[in-house]
Amino acid sequence: MNFRITHITDYQYSDAVDLSWNKACLLPRDTKRQRCLSSQLKIVPEPVEVRERRDCFGNRKHYFSQQKPHPELVVTAISEVAVGPAPNLAQLRNEPWETIRARLAALKDADVLEALPFLHESSLVQGLSSLADYARPSFAAGRPLTQVAGDLMQRIYKDFKYDPGATNIATPVAEIMSNRHGVCQDFAHLGVGCLRSLGLAARYVSGYIETLPPPGKERLVGADASHAWFSVYCGEDGWIDFDPTNNQIASEQHVTLAWGRDFSDVSPLRGVALGGGTHQVKVSVDVARIPAASV
Amino acid sequence: MSSEQENRRNPGAQSFVTELGIHGRAAAAGSAPTVEQQLMQAVERFGPKRLAKRRKIADKMLRANGATHNVFDSPEQPRAWQFDPIPLVISAEEWAPVEAGLKQRALLLNLVLADIYGQRKLFSQGLLPPDLVYAHKGFLWPCSDHIVDQKQPLSVYSANLARGRDGRFWVLKDRTSPSFGSGYALENRLVMSHSFSGLFKDFQVHRLAMYFHSLHKNLTRLARHNQADPRIVLLTPGPHHEAYFEHAYLASYLGYPLVQGADLVVRDDCVWLKSVGGLRQVDVILRRVDDALCDPLELRGDSLEGIPGLLEAIRSGNVATANPLGSSAIENPGLMAFLPGLSRAMLGEELLLPSIATWWCGQPRECEFVLQNLARLAIKSIHPMAEDGSLCPSQMDAEQLKILRAKIIERPHLYVGQEVDSFATVPSFLSDRIEPCYSVLTTYVTAEDDSYVVMPGGLTRISPVASELPLSQQEACCSKDTWVLTAEPDKQVNLWKKALPEQKIIPQLGSLPSRSAENLFWSARYAERTEAGARLMRSILIKLRELNEFRDADDQLSLKYLLQSLTKVTASYPGFVGDQAEKKLLDPRGELLSLASDANREGSLQASLRSFGRATYAIRDLLPGDAWLVVDSMQQNWNPKLAVSQIGTGKLLDSIDQLILQLSAFSGLTHENMSRELAWNLLNVGRRLERGLNLIELLRVTLVPRHTGTLAEQIMELVLGTSNSLIVFRRRYRSFMQLSNILELLLMDEDYPRSLAYQLRLLQVHISALARERGNDQPAKDKELIGEMLTSLHAANSTQLAQLSNVEGNYPLLQKLLDTQHECLEKLSGILMQLYFSPAQVQHQVGGVVQERAS
Repeated sequence: MNFRITHITDYQYSDAVDLSWNKACLLPRDTKRQRCLSSQLKIVPEPVEVRERRDCFGNRKHYFSQQKPHPELVVTAISEVAVGPAPNLAQLRNEPWETIRARLAALKDADVLEALPFLHESSLVQGLSSLADYARPSFAAGRPLTQVAGDLMQRIYKDFKYDPGATNIATPVAEIMSNRHGVCQDFAHLGVGCLRSLGLAARYVSGYIETLPPPGKERLVGADASHAWFSVYCGEDGWIDFDPTNNQIASEQHVTLAWGRDFSDVSPLRGVALGGGTHQVKVSVDVARIPAASV
Repeated sequence: MSSEQENRRNPGAQSFVTELGIHGRAAAAGSAPTVEQQLMQAVERFGPKRLAKRRKIADKMLRANGATHNVFDSPEQPRAWQFDPIPLVISAEEWAPVEAGLKQRALLLNLVLADIYGQRKLFSQGLLPPDLVYAHKGFLWPCSDHIVDQKQPLSVYSANLARGRDGRFWVLKDRTSPSFGSGYALENRLVMSHSFSGLFKDFQVHRLAMYFHSLHKNLTRLARHNQADPRIVLLTPGPHHEAYFEHAYLASYLGYPLVQGADLVVRDDCVWLKSVGGLRQVDVILRRVDDALCDPLELRGDSLEGIPGLLEAIRSGNVATANPLGSSAIENPGLMAFLPGLSRAMLGEELLLPSIATWWCGQPRECEFVLQNLARLAIKSIHPMAEDGSLCPSQMDAEQLKILRAKIIERPHLYVGQEVDSFATVPSFLSDRIEPCYSVLTTYVTAEDDSYVVMPGGLTRISPVASELPLSQQEACCSKDTWVLTAEPDKQVNLWKKALPEQKIIPQLGSLPSRSAENLFWSARYAERTEAGARLMRSILIKLRELNEFRDADDQLSLKYLLQSLTKVTASYPGFVGDQAEKKLLDPRGELLSLASDANREGSLQASLRSFGRATYAIRDLLPGDAWLVVDSMQQNWNPKLAVSQIGTGKLLDSIDQLILQLSAFSGLTHENMSRELAWNLLNVGRRLERGLNLIELLRVTLVPRHTGTLAEQIMELVLGTSNSLIVFRRRYRSFMQLSNILELLLMDEDYPRSLAYQLRLLQVHISALARERGNDQPAKDKELIGEMLTSLHAANSTQLAQLSNVEGNYPLLQKLLDTQHECLEKLSGILMQLYFSPAQVQHQVGGVVQERAS
């Protein structure tokens, strides 16, 4: 399925910002199921230079600096992607989780080396030992990892309440675990932490999901949002993405931007500003289906 | 093992040079090396009395050089750098293998650093377990690019060594950014050669300067541009840091500006130093700031010590840091278990210097061993700067042991067990006799031509108890010089550079960092503020005494004016002017005591003095040699521990007299010894501005209201006395005490150093000098304003100012003039700060913390 994504971030400062340095992670990477057809980043005021680099996990990162006083910063990312269907679990090898864990320890394959960075605690996914207690019931002996992760996803979906006001970016996973509510980012961190706590490689995926209007209603432009889910290394079956917020395996409607150990590796827009007083931010995201022929 | 995560088989075989116990048995009482005996003979010839006396001289010198941690932040216990006069001697034969071993270790760690950030062959070859590297907080993912780009990423290296009872040196710790930097070694050598020069006669000791020469060469080599004369800066977390002394010392020795993160700014992918003369490009940063704190954009976002955008500037090749960001991945005690194997595989050599036996718990066999021998080992976290440091299970109770055991079992790969070794002791003179102490030697290594150079010497820290060896900066410290002996005397080396044949060396006058400029300005302001407060306090105490004797109504009233001036000059409201002033005016002693000694009260003498000390400490390198000595002794002497009842007695008065003398010594030293350059101009701008403001404040309270009869004369006399002008006035106007004369002297006289006109005229001179530094293209608001102030003062006429308004019962023209001048001075201060100090702006994070949540 093909989409055009428009992601606008608008910062308004109470005083002009004199200088700022920014790092954006807003243009989609290619994945096994996804091709980025076109993408562009528009920044107002226009910086002298926008530099793209691949980060250590292969994500597209854009660095730019604003060197003149500016009262407002607007970053617009427009990209078109083609997304393939979700993997059919029935056709996979579905190896037991213990087998995958042993494979990670054996260090024989190149794909294992790539998975190793996603085994450990990271700045936003800490306290793995307390997560292990929650995770363990999903890890029946000999159960295929795809099923383990699916079960974990379903449990998070059932046990945790979606509540945008309850957490913020810095809310530790342990707190989400005890309060039992959060948003997609928190649920993704939870899933990542649970899998890591039992020795598996899991990463945080930043992206979008296509939302369909209720039957009979028209689609609202710009009412979508950033989305996040978790992905687990399943050996020869590769990485499989699970969306605990919607209790589904990432499908054709999931557009991937980037992945990392947690949110802080792939924050869509991160910056440091000098001056500026207080600021307000408005974010609008639009995920629009486009016909395959038009691209 | 109970944690499922750790059931994975880890690669890489760990090796240890000793097994528990064996080493202890090998510790035969063996005879001391001969050099040590020689040294002890020499020391004994000194005798304990002379030794103690010389040590006192050394301590004084260390104190004078500022080798004290946290001088101003923990006023209760300034921890001096305690000095042990008996050096650690190492013979040339003993040193050779240490030197070779350190070089080899640096080469090896350099290869490991390049590999773990680059191709990561060590993982697939099974030589190093990835868990050990990836779980370590010093491993910083965003740093891969630039470490891989460098041919020899490990630029400086430091190892802590201890001598075993077998006489060999063992590595306790590998550091890429030592908490005790090489400046300490330098300082100790300097102190030693001054206070114990006699000892050097009998020994041929390696000099240290060659090492710093190599260090400088190495840093120069790192510069991608401007190789002939790169700008190198030393980045410090700031004066609050325990090791700030060392940073300042080293910077001054190497001739590098000492800067903090906020002094640097990234623009156009280059790093610039904010200086009084504008932005100056920086080529190399020798850093004393932790890796993760160096760039809040890509590393730890909450860091205020870093420079946003630094990583991108490094990647663009416009600036380099030593060590490179990310090198703290090497500061991992778990690595020590793998070094012997890595050395064989990567260098094809046996590891020359043994490490203290270390078992990384990330592998089942070693974890089992550690758990079984827990009580005989020290347990450490693998992370650099780990909060719990080193744990001694042997000193734990059952409950604590249980917790520790559970922690290790839960996350074994985060811990190592290390042998609690039996090390040899060295003779030390800490109290009044020579006694054995345990020691740690910090060594320093710098890159040179694809290899490494080792400082022949280092910093030796000692402790009477082996387990209390101060391994971190936070602990109190005793140290001694380290002598590496040599058969041939070293050539004299210095750090002076030779210019290339065609190279014209441009004096770096304008490159004074803005922060130094700001500290100069405030140093002078606080000095002046302290003096103004002290002089007022003196007048008040004298008046108080007279009042007690004569109970005169005029004395009572004039005292009130003085007290109110004190509140206003020191801005210590409400004091004698606000609510409840009446009560305080009746018995001012409590308030006076507070204004003399309360360190936590803004405006008190103690607080001003401390601010003065703090600002001056940060610019010691810009002041004449003895200036810091005066400032330091001022801080030490001013300690008026008085009871309220003692306020009227002479004790406080004596202290104040001494303080005023010392302040005069400071201003005299700066006046007679500083070149009339930027630093001088800034110091004077601060002094003149503050003196002007204080004078105006005094005059506003005392002379603007109308006084009658003898009170008027008494107050005028007090104003003259307080501003140290009574003698001049008497000589000039004899006994004609009238307002217009006073105003003529204290306001109008351009040649009198205590007058307002004099302050303004000098401000004009210094401001013009500063403006030349800035270049002519910028608006000159400061110059305009000071010009206007002088014009308005010139236009005033002292006779007219002394015209009384019967309606208001005061002198309205005088009031208006003083008000305007005061306002203008405050405004001027603001303009100057904007122009020269670029005050650190509030830096805040966007994106990472506040917003953009995925929902």
